[in-house]
This record gives sequence, C-alpha cells and structure tokens, in this order.
Amino acid sequence: MKAFLGFVKKEFYHIFRDRRSLIILFGMPIVQILLFGFAITNEINQVKIAILDRSKDATTQEIIHRISNSPYFTVTQLIEKESDITAVFKKGMVKAVIQFEPHFDEKLLREHRASVQIVTDATDPNTANTISNYITAILKDYQRDLNQNVTNFSTITPQIRLAYNPEIKSVFMFVPGVMTVILMLVSAMMTSISLTREKEMGTMEVLLVSPLKPYQVIVGKVIPYILLSLINATVIILLSIFVFGMPVKGSFMLLGAESLLFIITALSLGILISTVAKTQQTAMMISLMGLMLPVIILSGFIFPISSMPVILQVLSNLLPAKWFIIIIKGIMLKGVGIGSLWKESLILLGMTLFFIFLSVRNYQTRLES
Amino acid sequence: MQNNWDIQVRQISKSYQKVKALEGISFEVASGELFGLIGPDGAGKTTLFRILTTLLLADQGEASVQGNDVVAHYKTIRRSVGYMPGRFSLYHDLTVEENLRFFATIFGTTIEENYHLIKDIYAQIEPFKKRRAGNLSGGMKQKLALSCALIHKPKVLFLDEPTTGVDPVSRKEFWEMLKKLQEKGITILVSTPYMDEAALCDRIALIQGGKILSIDTPKAIQSQFPRKLYALSAHNRYLLLEALKSYENTKSAFPFGAFVHYSDQKDSADLDVLKTYLESKGLQDIHIVETVPSIEDTFMELVP
Repeated sequence: MKAFLGFVKKEFYHIFRDRRSLIILFGMPIVQILLFGFAITNEINQVKIAILDRSKDATTQEIIHRISNSPYFTVTQLIEKESDITAVFKKGMVKAVIQFEPHFDEKLLREHRASVQIVTDATDPNTANTISNYITAILKDYQRDLNQNVTNFSTITPQIRLAYNPEIKSVFMFVPGVMTVILMLVSAMMTSISLTREKEMGTMEVLLVSPLKPYQVIVGKVIPYILLSLINATVIILLSIFVFGMPVKGSFMLLGAESLLFIITALSLGILISTVAKTQQTAMMISLMGLMLPVIILSGFIFPISSMPVILQVLSNLLPAKWFIIIIKGIMLKGVGIGSLWKESLILLGMTLFFIFLSVRNYQTRLES
Repeated sequence: MQNNWDIQVRQISKSYQKVKALEGISFEVASGELFGLIGPDGAGKTTLFRILTTLLLADQGEASVQGNDVVAHYKTIRRSVGYMPGRFSLYHDLTVEENLRFFATIFGTTIEENYHLIKDIYAQIEPFKKRRAGNLSGGMKQKLALSCALIHKPKVLFLDEPTTGVDPVSRKEFWEMLKKLQEKGITILVSTPYMDEAALCDRIALIQGGKILSIDTPKAIQSQFPRKLYALSAHNRYLLLEALKSYENTKSAFPFGAFVHYSDQKDSADLDVLKTYLESKGLQDIHIVETVPSIEDTFMELVP
C-alpha cells in the first residue's frame, strides 16, 4: 500500500512539473469553454448599426427606440442620404443599416403596409444573417403590440423572413460538447501519454522488475487523472452556470456520477491506447485522431447526428461521447433523472467494462508477449 | 541445481522475427562473483539481461536466478534482484532524492534503512540531491541509477552497460564501487562493450553475434591468444595498417590505440623482413616491439 501511495505521489510530481501537461489540464478547459461560449457563437451583442430614417415620424422613432434599447444593437449613426449607406459600410463603422421609407407612419395607417429595408454587411454572412433576423424579430414584436391597440391590422413588411429563434442560446449546445471533449482529451490522452512515457524512458523496465503489480501501476497512473478530471468537470459546470447562465435543472449528484463514469470510460480508453502505442508521439496521435476528431465531428456536438449519412449515424453509436452528451444535455437542460437516462448510462458502463477488459488482456507483465 | 550458483543459464536461445539474438547461451555465475559479459553492440547482451530479469521469455533453454526459474518464479526474482537497464532509467523530472526515495518506496523500504549500502556512491551525488535527474551529467546519472538499483538491498545485481556514455574517470570510479559492492556479498552480472573493463571482472564471457566465444578469467582469456603479438608504430598509422593487411605473412592486424597489433602466420615473426617490407612501402619511424595480448586481441582472434 505504501509502495502504491509512493507511486501516486510520483505521478502528481510528473503532472505538476510538466508545464505542457498543466496547460492542457487547466488552461485548455477554461480557454475552450470561453472560446465556444463567447467567440464561436451565433448570438450577437451590441452590434453597431446606422439608421436612415426618411420618414422621421412617431412610429419610426418608436421602432428606432426599441432597436437601440435592445441589448443586441447600438445605433451609432444617423444618416440622411441613401448614398451614405455605402460610405458607412466602406468605413466599416457599422454592420447594418436600417432604412425606413418616406411617409412610413401614414402608409402604415392608410395602406396598413410600410417597408423597412435592412442592409447588412455580408462579408460575414453568419453575422449578417443573424442581425437581420434579430431586427426582424424586433419589428414583429412592435407590430404585435401595435395590433393589440388597433382594430384594423397594420403590417410592417420586413423584407426578410423570420428564421431565427432568439431564445436559443448557442452556449447551451456547446457546453455539453466542450465538456465531453475536454474530459476525453484530459483523461484518455494524458493517461496514454504518461503510460507510454514510462516505456519510452525505459523506466517501465525497472517498474516491471519490482514488486509493484501491474494493476497497481495502472491504477496509480489513473487516480491523479480521475481527480483532476473531476476538478475540470466542476470548473466547466461552474463556468457555464455563472458566466453563461446555463441551467442545471436535474440533480448535481447525478451529473457528478455520470461525469465520473465518463471519465473512467475515457481513462480506460487511454490505458488501452497505451498498451498499443510504443511512443508518446504515437499515443498522442492515436488520441487526437482516433478520439478527438470523432468526438468533435460524430458525437452530435457540432453537427446534428440526425442530418448525417446513415452509415455515420450508425458509427456514432459506437462513440461513448455521443451517449455522454445525451446524458448531460438531459440532466442540465431537461432536468430528467436516471429514470430516463438508464439506457445511455448502461451503454457507457458496458463500453467502460469492455475497454477495461481489453486493456487488462493486452497489458504485458513482460516487455513483449 | 547446485546451490552456490546464483545465476544459471542453459542453452538459452532467442530470436526477433528472423534475427537470432541469442543462440544456445550457457554459463553460470557463482554467488558473490563479479561476472562480465563482454561484447560489442548487438551481441545480444541486453536480450540476455532481459531474459534473466524476467522481462523477456526465451524461445528455448532455461535460466534461473538464485535457484528460481525465470519463467515460473518470476515474481520472486523481481523482488530480490537489482536491475539497471542500459539507458539509465530515471525520472528526469524528479530530483535526485525523489528518484531514490521513489525506488526505495516501491520496494517497500526507505533510504535511511539501507543507506549504508549506497553511502559510498550516493555521497558523491548527495550535494546535488535537489537537482532534477535530467540535469545531471552522465557520470552522476549512472551513480544515481546504481543507487536506485541498490536501495532495496538486492542479492543479485544486473548492470546492463553501466559505463556506456560515461567519462573515463567516472568509469574507473564506477568499477571501484562495484568491487566494494562485491565485498558486501552481492553477486554482480555486468555487461560492457569496453574490453579494458573486462580485466576488472572475476570471470568474463566474450559474446558476439548471440554466441559465447569463450568463458574464463580475464588472465586465462588473455593467454588464449595463440601466437606472439607485436605492437607496431610508424609515422602514419593508417598507411601502416594498410601495408600490414597486404603483407603476405600477416595473420592479423588491428588498430590498437596509437599502435597496430600484428601477429604473424608463423609463431614468431621475422622482424627484419617485416621492417624491410614496411620501409619498401614508404613508412618511416617504424618501431616494432613484442607485446602482451589483451582481451581485445583475444576477442578479435576468436571472432569467426
């Protein structure tokens, strides 16, 4: 037991003295979650826009007021001529220009129909699309309020169809995915690298010719990473709650338990990789290509599984990550309990046992079989 | 099995795919003996060490350490031997002291308990005990690796090329340390590619191409050289060697330090004829003296 504790202590020395692994362990989760949360997002925030109001009546003033009061837009310029639109875009000062046609108020009253033109800077097509959708939503909103007071319907016709639901926050979709990727990376890659390092440095030879049993070496390697991965999972969940306001509707206990299960799945994969790989380089390549890419692409994290070709949909079932994402989305967003997630949990558990069985079978008490 | 043999090897063979690493190796090491395996790189020394330390399985033959079979009782062997692999197997990101403490712990002992055993060696690197092992010189790494291999008081010590990559002064010190360890009753099997170190062993086995060429005391091995041996020097060693190789009476000619070691087809050479021949090849400052064959000379003689 003392020998085993000595081994675990040594593992912690390895982790805390290697700047590279420390950065991967603690820097990456935070950077990734913030990156996905803030930068890689479909939401817009305080976008600068210009207004060309050729009507200047009460209705347009009200609409402009609503737009500039929303958290999404800041009106930075009021322009007078249509030719100014190109000028402000060229200077790159605004992302969109909203133009109201002349006699907007009158038209709305008499013809029940008035036009707003939304011109967006489409050099960034995604943002442009989102901006127009948000503005349209605000217009619709105004129209609804208007129609409550007036008996005869007045329609503002936006030139763009409403296609975006501003209620869906992208960060809610990214957090479970990022958490999965990070736990996979930290657990599987770091353990496989650390086990193969012993082989590469030749220290495995000495460890083998010692009273330390093989399972003690493996468990000793894994324990520090279980602890660190749990800390990581906690940091990610806390960040997503307090920075992005993500809800955790289900039980924290269940979330913790499922995370632990997934961590162990990933660790057993890491051990499995290390029984195959002879060098740290190989271990890293297998982890990155064999685990990271499928997790990012096939797990439903970025691309919805339902829109994949059938063969890939079938393949995605083999990924532990897919099931874990379903589980955490269920717990955090839907607030469901183990009653609805037992199937996914069992699949994960089965995969874990299978990987452990394979690693134990492949682990060598000698240098080669 | 006889009890005073600490290591017994019988007809051990091992192949890697098509390469035969060891072919029918047999030898014994007595308890308390300092036994050397002498041979060039690729001779099969490391493979033999790994079989004896239970890390590899031999294809054929059997071996035992302290009466324990390397296959059946490998766990007993792993508890009682000290092993220092060819590359110093240390954790480069741990300090000198942490390395030693770690190896003491996994063998269920402490530095303090067996300090007397490693004192002579460890005292030399103790001033640097807070330094990371990766920043040590080759000689210091070697001393630390030996300390780590000794800390659990092994009865048999396996040292695979412990002096490779170490400066001559440290090499000399290292062999003095081995002698002291031997006095403490530890059986030592050591391998080296350096022939000059062979003379320091009790007995040696010359190994080449997976086969043992000869096993005996260093003195006896030296005397196995069948003819008279001469050390030659001239103003240009390279030309001298070339000239000797094309000389009709040459049996062997090898560079040896600043000299060329030469033996004649006849037991003793006609030195005047040889000198005349060399002069005719344009060599100057020719000196020829008879010399005592070294282990290297015998080795070169025995290599098929």
